[in-house]
This record gives sequence, C-alpha cells and structure tokens, in this order.
Amino acid sequence: MGDFDFAVIVNNLPFLWQGLQLSLLLTFLAVLGGIALGTLLALARLSGIKPLALAAAAYVNLIRSVPLILVIFWFYFLVPLAVGRPIGGFYSALIAFVMFEAAYYSEIMRAGIQSVKKGQVYAGQATGLGYWQIQRYIVLPQAFRNMIPILVTQGIILFQDTSLVFVVSLRDLMTVSSIVARTEGRLVEMYLFAALVYFVICFAGSLFVRRLQVRMAT
Amino acid sequence: MIEMQSVSKWYGDFKVLTDCTTQVDKGEVVVVCGPSGSGKSTLIKCVNGLEPVQEGRIVVDGAEVTARGAKLTQLRAKIGMVFQHFELYPHMSVRENLCLAQEKVLGRSRKEAESRAETLLTRVGMIDHIAKYPGQLSGGQQQRVAIARALAMDPIAMLFDEPTSALDPEMIKEVLDVMVELARDDGMTMMVVTHEMGFARKVADRVVFMDQGAIVEDRPTQEFFDAPSSERAKDFLSKILHH
Ligand SMILES: Nc1ncnc2c1ncn2[C@@H]1O[C@H](COP(=O)(O)OP(=O)(O)OP(=O)(O)O)[C@@H](O)[C@H]1O
Ligand SMILES: [Mg+2]
Repeated sequence: MGDFDFAVIVNNLPFLWQGLQLSLLLTFLAVLGGIALGTLLALARLSGIKPLALAAAAYVNLIRSVPLILVIFWFYFLVPLAVGRPIGGFYSALIAFVMFEAAYYSEIMRAGIQSVKKGQVYAGQATGLGYWQIQRYIVLPQAFRNMIPILVTQGIILFQDTSLVFVVSLRDLMTVSSIVARTEGRLVEMYLFAALVYFVICFAGSLFVRRLQVRMAT
Repeated sequence: MIEMQSVSKWYGDFKVLTDCTTQVDKGEVVVVCGPSGSGKSTLIKCVNGLEPVQEGRIVVDGAEVTARGAKLTQLRAKIGMVFQHFELYPHMSVRENLCLAQEKVLGRSRKEAESRAETLLTRVGMIDHIAKYPGQLSGGQQQRVAIARALAMDPIAMLFDEPTSALDPEMIKEVLDVMVELARDDGMTMMVVTHEMGFARKVADRVVFMDQGAIVEDRPTQEFFDAPSSERAKDFLSKILHH
C-alpha cells in the first residue's frame, strides 16, 4: 500500500480540471439541445399529422436501437462530409449527443405532455390562444415541471456517457485521467480518482432528484 | 347570437349528436340539461369549435363556426368558456391566469391587462387572492377566478359546462351568485349546462333538454318545469328534483 502516490493528482489538477470542464460543458449543452430537439420530436409525434408523427417515431426508434458510440462515430465522419469542412471533435460529439439524447428526451417529454390534462388545452383554446401559444405557455411548462426528476436522471446518464468521447480524441475527464495514469504510471490512483469524481457528481445529482421528488409529492 | 342548425356529430361510429337545432339570442340565458352522456358537453364545445361537427351549421355572431377555414381563434376569443374542473393554469398565479390571453390574443399591454384583471377579480370577490396559485384556492374560489378569466376577454357570450358539479355543496352558491349577477346585471348571453334547476328557474329564458344526443325539448323555462312534454324529461326532472 505504501506504493500509492496521490500527489500525482494534485500535480495534474489543472489538466484534470480542464477535462472535467469539458465533460460538464458537453453534458450541459447536450442536455439543453437534447431537450429542445426532444420536445420538438414529442410535439411531432403527438401532432396528429400522420407523416410527421411517423417520421418522428421512426427517428426515435432508430436512434434508440443503435449504440451511442456508433452515433458518435457516424457524426464524426458524416458531419464534415455534410458541411464540407472539418468541424472538430467537440462539435461533432456535441451534435451526436444532441441527436442521440433527443430520442430519449422525446419519450420523456411525450409522457410529460400526455400528463397534462386535455382540459388545459381546451381552456387555452377557448380564450383564443393558438397551438404554439398553448404549447409554449400552458402545456410545456407543466409537462416540463412534471418530468424534471426524470430529465435530471437522464442528464446524469448523459454525463457518464460523455466518457465515450475518447473515440474522437476529445480530452474529457476520463481521457485526461487515462493520459495522466499512463504517462505517470499511476493507474490505480488515477482511475480511483476518476471514479470518485464521477461518483460524487452523479450521487449529488441523484440526491437532488430525490429531494425534488419528495417536494413534488407533497 | 348563437345558432345551431341540424348539427350532427360522430365519434367514429358513435353518433354523439343527432340533428340538434337551437338558438340563443342576444341577452338570453339558455340552460342545457339531460342525463349523463347525453351529449351536453359535446354540444356546448361545438359552439366555439372546440369539437368539429360533421353535419349542420353553427353560426355565432354572424360568423360561421362550421365553415372550412373559419377563423376559430378569433371567434373563440369572443366567447368565454367555463369548465366543470375550472382548468386554471396551475403553474401561474391568479393574476397571470387572467392576463395571459388578454396579452397574447387581444394584444393588451401588461398594465391594461392587469387593471382589467383587478376589476374582474374584485367583482367576483377574489381580489385578495390575486397573487395566489390555483392550488391554494378552494374549488368555489377557483371557479370564480375561472369566470373572471373568461370575462377578462370581454366576451359577447359565455358558455358554462357544469360549472358547479365538481364543487362541494357549500361552495355552489358563491359560484351561482356570480352567474346570476352576470345574467341579470350584465344581460350576458349565456349557454349553461347545469343540473341546478334553482338557477334555471331564476334566470333561464329557455331550457334545452337532451337525451341520447338529441334535443328532446327546447321550451321557455316556466313551461318546461310546469309541463314537460316528454316522458324522458318528466323522468329526469323527478329524479333530480327529489334529490
Ligand atoms: N373524445 C370522445 N371520443 C369518443 N366518445 C366520446 C368522446 N367524448 C365524449 N364521448 C361520448 O359521447 C357521449 C356524450 O358525451 P358528453 O361528454 O357530451 O356527455 P354529457 O352530456 O356532457 O355527459 P356528462 O353529464 O357526464 O358530462 C358520451 O357517451 C361519451 O362517452
Ligand atoms: Mg359533460
């Protein structure tokens, strides 16, 4: 046991901190983008316009049956082809996460929208509000609020999934920890440290969700 | 003001409304009653186009609701509607509930909308609760706020769908009082689905009785109560009057 040297963590703290920042930034942006796109997909599926609903359903089911790592790869190679120039690992990963997570968020938002009583829509319509106004001011705020715990839980999963970006050589917390582990020959210390950071953040997230659920239940 | 001509409506194979014809003139109060499932809510929802109809014509204030491409949102803004379960927006304060459509549909400024909201909340006795959320109010209070919300749009007519049937008995009166005042003092045109026969006797000009999707009786109030012509109406009246 005397062999462990945790000073390696302290010495590399700025580098590790950069990695964590990238993981958190990617999570944050992907959650925002995923919820936005997911909400549109959910609205499309519930729109009652057949082709639109079918297209959205097909998209959601396709994405949900493919491993995330594949989607990250696809976008890494496809997006530059589509826009005609390289856009870098970060943006291609971000787009991949948004497109991927949107499929999951759309299912959550769909359940959220369906949890809002039909009478609320009638009430909005009866005062002359249009479809988008009703969604924007009446339905989505309630749908969103009802689903916050699940949305946050999905965000925690997403945070863990960001560790997959090593495949497009992005330096997230996991990748940075590996680099330090190998260059300094401190595998155990570094992987313990990385595990601890992921654990603390995710555990704090779940505690937050638990508290929200208790508050919403009362 | 409101005219329905031979309106029929289906849900799939199920015929909810059969050849319904009636009208509500300006300033008139018409009570709609009938057994559960007879199509009262459906009928009233057709008036402002919340439910489409397959046959017949509905004309409100000169505009045909049932026409293709009818400007439904404009029309609905002119007709207030009050629901059995209030349908206040739970995530908004009472003030915001009253201001939303005034601002987004009528284009009123925040200040105008708030001052109109305050006037109406005072009128229904709810001004002290303006900053509260619907969940903090009793059913009767919520329904009075809902009436104020509808009135804030300065409607030319009001539709009520069983406004008191989700309320505890002791709260029914406070809501009916507001409605009676609206009918008597404002001369508001009203179409009211209700089983409150006391209310009907007090302010209704006519009573429409529905059964199985059809309008079975459409008569002046006094006549309806004194001598209902159909067996079904007699039956219905004896049931609800002796409860
Ligand atoms: N969206 C719908 N799809 C299919 N059937 C429906 C729908 N809404 C209502 N119905 C049916 O239409 C009939 C009339 O319903 P409606 O709600 O208009 O009755 P009601 O007279 O208002 O009854 P209640 O007194 O219970 O409110 C009922 O048999 C009901 O089951
Ligand atoms: Mg009904």
